[in-house]
Amino acid sequence: MDFLTLAASTAERTPIITLLAITVLAGFVGFFVISKVPNTLHTPLMSATNAIHGIVLLGGLIAMFGADDALTKAMLVVAIIFGMINIVGGFLVTDRMLEMFKKKD
Amino acid sequence: MLATSFYQDTAFINALYIVAFTLFIVGLSQVTSPLTAVRGNRIAGYGMVVAIVATLLIEGAGNWVLIAIGLIVGTAIGIPSARQVKMTAMPQMVALFNGVGGGAIALIAWAEYREYAELGVGLGDELAIGIPLVFAAIVGSVSFWGSNIAFAKLQELIGGSPIKVPGGVVLNVLLLLAAIACGVAILAGENEELLFIGILVFSAVLGNLFVLPIGGADMPVVISTLNAFTGLSAAAAGIALDNTALIVAGMIVGASGTILTDQMAKAMNRTIPSVLLGGFGGGGVEAPAGAPTGAEGGTVRSTSAADAAIQLAYARQVVVVPGYGMAVSQAQHAVREMAKALEEKGVEVKFAIHPVAGRMPGHMNVLLAEADVPYDQLKEMDEINGEFGRTDVSLVIGANDVTNPDARSKPDSPIYGMPILNVDESSSVIVLKRSMSSGFAGIDNPLFVNPKTAMLFGDAKGSITEITSELGNL
Repeated sequence: MDFLTLAASTAERTPIITLLAITVLAGFVGFFVISKVPNTLHTPLMSATNAIHGIVLLGGLIAMFGADDALTKAMLVVAIIFGMINIVGGFLVTDRMLEMFKKKD
Repeated sequence: MLATSFYQDTAFINALYIVAFTLFIVGLSQVTSPLTAVRGNRIAGYGMVVAIVATLLIEGAGNWVLIAIGLIVGTAIGIPSARQVKMTAMPQMVALFNGVGGGAIALIAWAEYREYAELGVGLGDELAIGIPLVFAAIVGSVSFWGSNIAFAKLQELIGGSPIKVPGGVVLNVLLLLAAIACGVAILAGENEELLFIGILVFSAVLGNLFVLPIGGADMPVVISTLNAFTGLSAAAAGIALDNTALIVAGMIVGASGTILTDQMAKAMNRTIPSVLLGGFGGGGVEAPAGAPTGAEGGTVRSTSAADAAIQLAYARQVVVVPGYGMAVSQAQHAVREMAKALEEKGVEVKFAIHPVAGRMPGHMNVLLAEADVPYDQLKEMDEINGEFGRTDVSLVIGANDVTNPDARSKPDSPIYGMPILNVDESSSVIVLKRSMSSGFAGIDNPLFVNPKTAMLFGDAKGSITEITSELGNL
């Protein structure tokens, strides 16, 4: 059984209601973690959360595992490149910004 | 089924995902304090490494060469762009990184559609997969194109002023409905790839038209909205792909983007709908600096760097109000030098930071921190507003709307009710400005014709450097 058919078979999938529960709870976690950030750190925060949504890279990887067709593969290479730019660029740029807040002796 | 190693076990991979999103949450919670922020961001980064490694362990993984190419090329583009971007260009960079994230999601949704189609599975047969994929395609595509337009506006590749689109909101609603209609047709069992392309195309046009009419001043709100969108579409893709790491990380970003959007809109006295419907907040119209007459026929008093230096040197307390004009002329280092020179003369120097100074909340803090201004000299609006009464000179550098007293006193002003810095309460005000042009909101500022106010026209960096050298002569 290849990976895709595995993903496509509902029997192997996490029940949709469980996924929705995780979705809702994660939203609340995000809300409470982030609502405590002072104004001054909002730009770095925006940048950090931007880096984190680079997690879409995982979607690109998973889709690529089962890709056969050339055009699909080409689309997914671009998606993986985009995701990686999002992650690498996002975390580095946030790090650069935050380094400036460090107390200088 | 083939025997699998323990590390390919779904439970093990999911356990690694739990580690990953725990690191995201712990990391982000540490970004809430300047003391732990650097560590927090790195912890979140480690979480990302764990999530990627866990995914690569999944049984049945293949196409390694293409994956390697994607990862290497992405890294090769990401590192230099993050290293070289100027701090003043940060909002554009965030827009761009947000855009590629949205683009990735749209492409993934499309690729998934094709893979299921190849297996003879229509998205209508698996609504738990189909609905989130359609959602991810629409929102990802809007986010990609919208972010690119936001980038182009902030980078001044296209005009910052609102561009009227014929049809306006009605057209946007129709485009959204068209995209949804394509999605519904697919979910109803119509397995035609052209319909999926239709979703992406209608959403792409929507993304463009949705951001084009919005003025440059409102761009932070737009970027923040699109940031939240990208997060939500990542979470949707996570539901379709049955991947908890995507769901949790996406939702955290969705929540944070929403909060940021709300806070930014509030700080500008704008409501999210009024920003997103566009039309206000164009780039200022440049007026000639010569023979300036200000709002309501009042006269503008101009001063020289030498006079300003004297005024500053004999003050007890000076409050510097930096705005985007300071950032544009890269004057932050010159301002730091001037502040040092004043401190040597025994003048107390503070910096008043409006929540939306610069182009994003906190943007100004980043710029001043880059110029080594001590963190404890940076005062937030609520902290400093009580102090203007005790301030001898307020030095406004390239800020405009955030000092406009109309926001307090003139109910028919477009910015009425916006919290402002009460610089007009200080004994005297010096405003550094390139010309008498109006601010991003495109409205007059009575502060400039206040008898207490003296204008110092010219490039902020040049003026500040001149003041500093005059201070040395005193």
